Amino acid sequence: MEEIAMEDTHSHGHQIDPKVEYSAAKFGMWLFLGTEILLFGGLFAAYAIFRAKYAELFHEQHKELDVTLGAINTVVLIFSSLTMAMGVSAIQRGKRNLLSILLVITILCGIAFGVNKYFEYGAKFEHHLTPGTSIFFALYFMMTGLHMLHVFAGITILTVLLVLNLKGKFSANYNTPIEVGGLYWHLVDLIWIYLFPLLYLIS
Amino acid sequence: MANHTIAETLYVPYLDEKGILSWLLSTDHKRIGIMYLISISTSFLIAGISSLLMRLELIAPGKTIVDAHQYNVLFTFHGTVMVFFFIVPGLAASLGNFLIPLMIGARDVAFPKLNLGSYWLYLLGATILLISLLKPADTGWTFYTPYSIKTGTDVILLTTGIFILGMSSILTGLNFIVTIHKLRAPGMTWHRLNLFVWASYATAILQLLATPVVGITLLLLIMERVFGIGFFDPAKGGDPILFQNFFWFYSHPAVYIMILPAFGVISEIIPVFSRKPIFGYKAMAYSLLAIALISFLVWAHHMFVSGMSEVAATIFSFLTMLVAIPTAIKVFNWTATLYKGSIQLHSAMLYALSLIFLFTIGGLTGVFLGSLAVDVHLHDTYFVVAHMHYVMIGGTVMGFFGALHFWYPKMFGKMFNEKVAKVAWALIFIGFNVTFFPQFILGTLGMPRRYADYPPEFHSLHELSTIGSLILGIGVFIMTVNLLRGLTNGEKAPENPYNSVSLEWQVPSPPPHENFEKIPVVTDYPYVYGKKNTQEG
Amino acid sequence: MATKTHSEEHHHDHEEPHIVGNSVYIIVWVALMILTGITVWVARHNFGVFNIVVALGIASIKASIVALFFMHLKYEDKLTWTFALYPLFLLALLIGLTASDVFYRLSP
Repeated sequence: MEEIAMEDTHSHGHQIDPKVEYSAAKFGMWLFLGTEILLFGGLFAAYAIFRAKYAELFHEQHKELDVTLGAINTVVLIFSSLTMAMGVSAIQRGKRNLLSILLVITILCGIAFGVNKYFEYGAKFEHHLTPGTSIFFALYFMMTGLHMLHVFAGITILTVLLVLNLKGKFSANYNTPIEVGGLYWHLVDLIWIYLFPLLYLIS
Repeated sequence: MANHTIAETLYVPYLDEKGILSWLLSTDHKRIGIMYLISISTSFLIAGISSLLMRLELIAPGKTIVDAHQYNVLFTFHGTVMVFFFIVPGLAASLGNFLIPLMIGARDVAFPKLNLGSYWLYLLGATILLISLLKPADTGWTFYTPYSIKTGTDVILLTTGIFILGMSSILTGLNFIVTIHKLRAPGMTWHRLNLFVWASYATAILQLLATPVVGITLLLLIMERVFGIGFFDPAKGGDPILFQNFFWFYSHPAVYIMILPAFGVISEIIPVFSRKPIFGYKAMAYSLLAIALISFLVWAHHMFVSGMSEVAATIFSFLTMLVAIPTAIKVFNWTATLYKGSIQLHSAMLYALSLIFLFTIGGLTGVFLGSLAVDVHLHDTYFVVAHMHYVMIGGTVMGFFGALHFWYPKMFGKMFNEKVAKVAWALIFIGFNVTFFPQFILGTLGMPRRYADYPPEFHSLHELSTIGSLILGIGVFIMTVNLLRGLTNGEKAPENPYNSVSLEWQVPSPPPHENFEKIPVVTDYPYVYGKKNTQEG
Repeated sequence: MATKTHSEEHHHDHEEPHIVGNSVYIIVWVALMILTGITVWVARHNFGVFNIVVALGIASIKASIVALFFMHLKYEDKLTWTFALYPLFLLALLIGLTASDVFYRLSP
């Protein structure tokens, strides 16, 4: 194997070519999203099996869930995905302030989702519907609860990105974390897109 | 071959910086690799001692040193630590971290900080495991429901620790996949990668995509204990066998997380000490991927007598046989590489040869167990124990020891005492077989696993097995002392003591912090030995 | 499928970030809203077994749209596609093979 001078900088520090860094970060996030899907996968598998086994129970008990609240949360989350996607485009065009505004809206949507969920859970507990009530409610609480944790994680990530953006870290030339963080936020939306019909709309 | 133009300018070995923080805060993949190496070796030795205690208990019928509950705790500890703290992170995280960037011609992994984060998660998981020992679990490493729901021991803490280890494992896998895809040196095409890198890649896919499922499974187990969600509780309409399905969806691929890196290791050792190119490079590379892909299809062969459906059992028994094909390709190719080679019996080579021999026994007995009808007789007997240890010690641990001896000069820049290493190898090889071969017989005779006691007719075989385990223990002890002594007393290692053509041997020993002074341009694959100087195709 | 594909061997020419116009996003969003409406409407009527089929079908269409446009999968290379789809295949395996046990166990 020949060794030929390739790089001028060979001192300390592992400067990776920014293009490689961008592509690696994005690819890394896609891999991570795959693991998230499989983390939820166990719950989806359990859902499929128990729903087939206890179709009646699922139909009866799903009536306890509030379709309106679920639908509102769906709209909220999809809207937040829209603002997130527009935020990525904004910073790619160098519009830093627009990104800040869009990030704030996205974060607020996430919080609204959480508040909504808080009231929903509260109402369930009032009616003594807990994870131990039945297989259906166990699934309901596990699936929405794990999803909620991801919403919180997403809000945290977006808040950090917002702070960094306000400090002027991102530009048209460097915005990898925004795009990668955005991918994570969209995953939260993706999973909810399945949870909504599976839990709230059983006919 | 490399022009030896390195080492002139400002060569600072990666080991030079002193102080514990310079290690714990280092994002250098080599240092992280060494930290994993220390951690997993410690886990291995501790869990090894617990197994010696178990063998001592079994030296004679009746109670000898521990009672039944203590025995249950011992085998749970042994299994959990060996599986989750030694062998799963094991070769992948320690050797993978140290070697992958060196072998692909990169300065580090793709996400160095994430890499350090993975190691911290490993430490956090280990800490939680230690705390759980205040009330140690007695479920076995598989945590089968419903017992794991009911037992009064600290299952929650232990499974939380394992959940965190799982995160560590996922992030390591993610890092390696991105590194191998994105950071290869110019000219380093897929067909010029070291087979160890291929093995690490296949392993990383399993770490990335199988681990989340065990994560959610353990989370559900914890929720079951905290909230009584009932997924695995028949009284609440749940299904205990569902737990086993989920658990083995991970834990069977995990078997390949354990063994594939060892396959990679000996694919590096054998060509060097046979002075021949590896036989069937592409078949070797793709069979690694094939094993990784098929491993997702066979999980339920662990459950044939659990009450699962016979239809599913038949399907899984058939699918299990598929794994034997790529595995056999590998054994064949290693053997073919040896054929007419100029073999040097370096200690690393002895371990590599042991792997071929012992893993073949382990693999073939696995075919017995994968066959539905035979498994009904042998399930949960010592036959399974012996099979598993032939694969895990005969395979992975032999690969691990081989790797330690092989890359030792590169890692530490020192040489160990080769004669002592050979003596230790002989003790380990003999001790291992004396320990576990009788267990095949015990199992066939009907001795069930996980019991602290047994009827007198099994006495002599158990006694033999215990004697073997002591020989094995002495061998491991001598090996450890020899390697540790090498660190202080060993001669300085040359850059390339075995005249290997692989990239990691073309840098100084120990390598500098940035690995390569200049990123190399790669022109051939790393097995160019003997007359035939280029790889065809 | 991906509009830009990169051969594995030329991993050094990496793609530039693809900027998608806001009009595309708005159209996508409207489509997602309409599909959400349809899901809710369908759930209020009884189509027997088709209810779950339609519900999952629409959810999958929505998820694909989000992935393709919001997440830019449409503009990603084959490698990303592979690792985006492979987990779904494994998920199908997990559900399918587990079901092959559970359901044949219940009704032999």
